Amino acid sequence: MKLSDVREILSAEVLTGEELLDKEVHSACGCDLMSDVLAFVKDRALLLTGLMNPQVIRTAEMMDIETVIFVRGKKPDEAIIGMAKMKDIIVMTTDYPLYIAAGMLYKAGLGNV
Amino acid sequence: MDNLKLHYDVNGDDFSVAGENSSKVKKMLKQLGFSPDVIRCVAIAMYEAEINMVIHANGGFIDVDISPERVKVELQDKGPGIPDIEKAMQEGYSTASNRVRELGFGAGMGLPNMKKYTDELNISTEIGKGTLVELIVNVK
Repeated sequence: MKLSDVREILSAEVLTGEELLDKEVHSACGCDLMSDVLAFVKDRALLLTGLMNPQVIRTAEMMDIETVIFVRGKKPDEAIIGMAKMKDIIVMTTDYPLYIAAGMLYKAGLGNV
Repeated sequence: MDNLKLHYDVNGDDFSVAGENSSKVKKMLKQLGFSPDVIRCVAIAMYEAEINMVIHANGGFIDVDISPERVKVELQDKGPGIPDIEKAMQEGYSTASNRVRELGFGAGMGLPNMKKYTDELNISTEIGKGTLVELIVNVK
């Protein structure tokens, strides 16, 4: 699935990385616990999270996660967006809650990790 | 060729910059041409250890020693020490505060993750003095 499809499915707003939406994503993970992301995410995945702090972006960087989507309409501050931009990480925000957003992507064929 | 040695100080008060050194090391290993697997293992283990230094141990310093055969990371903190290492190694065991948990950490996966992603994990700890964590990832 292309990231542009992900944006459409979730009616998401892209906060940084608009030019990278042609990239393919093969799996996703919905998680607020960064320790679990570090423990269990295996492949290059997309991260859906309701957690909002710089460590979300840094965790993504360590795991080679290229896309972070904040759920429930949460918008990170400029510092977080700037950090993601520097690391070529795509950031989106969607109004859907975590469970619904994950369900929508799963139903559309995006597998788990 | 001499080993490449790097030294970093870790500020124990600023959670927002915790992990920045792991990020630097990850970039460096990429530039040096290490395999994605090795880079990922070092980055994750070091990041967990660096986060631990900030959330549990008032910061400290990190020494990285890079050779073509292996990457060694030593993290020395100024924290309270680990009273029961065996317990700390169990998945899910954590002494982290609620504040730390709200930040997305403190799930009791730090040390187990370090073990999972390294070939060697050595911990020496002294109550009231601090902890030295040594992580070694071999290049296969």
